[in-house]
Amino acid sequence: MSEVLVVVEATKEFGVKKVTLEMLTLARELGTPSAVVLGGAGAAEALSGKLGEYGAEKIYAAEGDEIDGYLVAPKATVLAELVKRVQPAAVLLASAQEGKEIAARLAVKLDNGILTDVVGLDADGTATQVAFAGSTIVKSKVTKGLPLVTVRPNSVTPAPAAAAPAIEQLSVSVTDTDKLAKVVERVAEQKGSRPELTEAGVVVSGGRGVGNADNFKLVEELADLLGGAVGASRAAVDSGFYPHQFQVGQTGKTVSPQLYVALGISGAIQHRAGMQTSKTIVAVNKDGEAPIFELADFGVVGDLFKIVPQAAEEIRKRK
Amino acid sequence: MNIVVLVKQVPDSGADRNLRNDDNTVDRGSANNVINEMDEYAIEEALKIKEAHGGEVTILTMGPDRATESIRKALSMGPDKAVHVLDDALHGSCAVATSKVLAAALGQLGADLVICGAESTDGRVQVMPHMIAERLGVAALTGARKLTVDGATLTVERQTEEGYEVVTASTPAVVSVWDTINEPRYPSFKGIMAAKKKPVQTLALADLGVAPDEVGFDGATSAVVEHTKRPPRSGGAKITDEGEGGVKLVEFLATEKFV
Repeated sequence: MSEVLVVVEATKEFGVKKVTLEMLTLARELGTPSAVVLGGAGAAEALSGKLGEYGAEKIYAAEGDEIDGYLVAPKATVLAELVKRVQPAAVLLASAQEGKEIAARLAVKLDNGILTDVVGLDADGTATQVAFAGSTIVKSKVTKGLPLVTVRPNSVTPAPAAAAPAIEQLSVSVTDTDKLAKVVERVAEQKGSRPELTEAGVVVSGGRGVGNADNFKLVEELADLLGGAVGASRAAVDSGFYPHQFQVGQTGKTVSPQLYVALGISGAIQHRAGMQTSKTIVAVNKDGEAPIFELADFGVVGDLFKIVPQAAEEIRKRK
Repeated sequence: MNIVVLVKQVPDSGADRNLRNDDNTVDRGSANNVINEMDEYAIEEALKIKEAHGGEVTILTMGPDRATESIRKALSMGPDKAVHVLDDALHGSCAVATSKVLAAALGQLGADLVICGAESTDGRVQVMPHMIAERLGVAALTGARKLTVDGATLTVERQTEEGYEVVTASTPAVVSVWDTINEPRYPSFKGIMAAKKKPVQTLALADLGVAPDEVGFDGATSAVVEHTKRPPRSGGAKITDEGEGGVKLVEFLATEKFV
C-alpha cells in the first residue's frame, strides 16, 4: 500500500493535537500513514510515541529554526520535496490556519488541486465537505495531482493502532524567498488547561446575555465541569466580554463538538454558521423566541444567572 | 506606498446560499451579493496606511459583471481606483487558477503591499494570500490582528490558536487581516458620489497573458461531484424555567451521557 502523508499539528504544551490522531486514523483507510513533523529542534522525537500509538509507520522530520522561525513557506518547500520523492497516495493537513496555508503553497508548487474543510475521504479520493455554514454537503475530488486535503477537526473518531515508527530526518533546503516572513516572537494567551476550541468534544459558549466579562466565569465554570472549551458569540467578543480567538461563528471558529451549550446567545446566522453541525445543542436564553431554540435539542427559557449555577451545582452533586 | 486591496463579491451570508444544480458553482445569479465582510477591514487598513504614509489604494476584483456593484461600494469607502478582472472563461475557476490570475494582475499593478481579508464567507478556504505570495515570490503575513508600517518594514500580530505571533517582513508583501484589526468606516455621501467617477479598469485574460484553458472548468484542479442540502435542524424540547431549569438541563445532559 502506498504512503499517505499526515502533516502533524502539535503544540509545545500539549503535544500532538487530536486532529492529527484523526488524520492518522483516516489515513489508515487510504494506505500506510507516515507522519510529517515540521517544527522546532527535537519535535519529532518528543511526538513519536503518540504518533506510533495511532498508526504512524514512519516519521519524516524537518526541524530547527530554518523551519520554525519563518511563516509556513519553509514547511511547504520541505513538504513539496518530500511529496515529489515518495509519491504518496494522499497528503492530509489540519484544516486550521497553518495547515491550510502550507497546503495552499504546496498546491501552487505542485500545480495540484486542494480541498479544504474535509470531513470524510473515500479510498477513491472523493472528499466530503460541509459548505455554507453547514447547510450544504458537497462531494468533491482533486482532478489534477494527488488528493491534497485539509481535514476539519472533530470529523473522525481517533482509533489507536500500534506501530513503531522510525524517524527519518529530512535534509532542509529552504530558499531565501522562504525566509521573507520572520517570526520574531510567539506569545501564549490561552487560558488554563482547557481543550482547544476547535478540537473540544464539549463547547460552552456565552453571548451578549452573559452581560459582562466578569460573568464569563459562569460560562468557564460550566465548561470546566463538562471538560469543555469556552466559546463566545461575536456580540460578546465585540462587547469585550471575551477574547477574539474564542469567537465561534462566521467570522470566527467553526466548531463541531459532541455537545454545544449556548448561554445567552440569540443564535444569529453569524453565530449559527460556526456551530450548527454540533451533534447535540443545548441553549439557555431568556427570550423564548430566540432563533437558537430552532436548533437546540434541549432549550431552557429563563434567567441564565439562575439556571447555570443550579446546573453547575447539580453536576457537582452527580460527580 | 502603492497598496492593492483584494475584494471579492460573495452571496450574503445572512441569506440562503446555494450551489447551482447545472454546474455545481456558487449561485451568484439569484443571491443577494455583497462585499466579502472581511475585505472591508482590508480596505480600512489600506486607507489608514495611505492616510499616514501617503500613496495610492487600488481595489482588485476578479468576478462576473455584477461584481461592479461591489467595486463601486468599495470605492465609496475611499480607495482611488479599481481593476476588475472580467472574462467569461473565468467561470468555474478553482483556487489554484484564481491565484494565477490575481498574481498576474498584481504583477502588472506593481503593488508594494497587497491587503486582503483572512478568508471569504462563501468558500472560507483561506488559501489565497499564500498562493499569491508563493507565485509572486513575496512575503505573506497572514491572519493579522494588528499591522504596523515603518518605512518598508511591516510587522503584524498574527492571531493563532494559542495566542499570537509577531511576524515581520519587508515590502513587497501580502497581508491578510481578521475583523479584529480595525473598525471599517461607513461610506460618506460624498464618497458614494465620488466613487461613481473613479476609474475602473477592466482586464481580460488576454491582457494578463493567461490562456483560457488555464482557468475555468478546463483549468480546474478540483471538481464538485455532487451536492445536497442538509435538512435544517429541528428544535427539540423547550422548557420554561420554573425554578428547576438547571436541574432539568443536567437531567437532559445525563440522558445523553455528557454528565
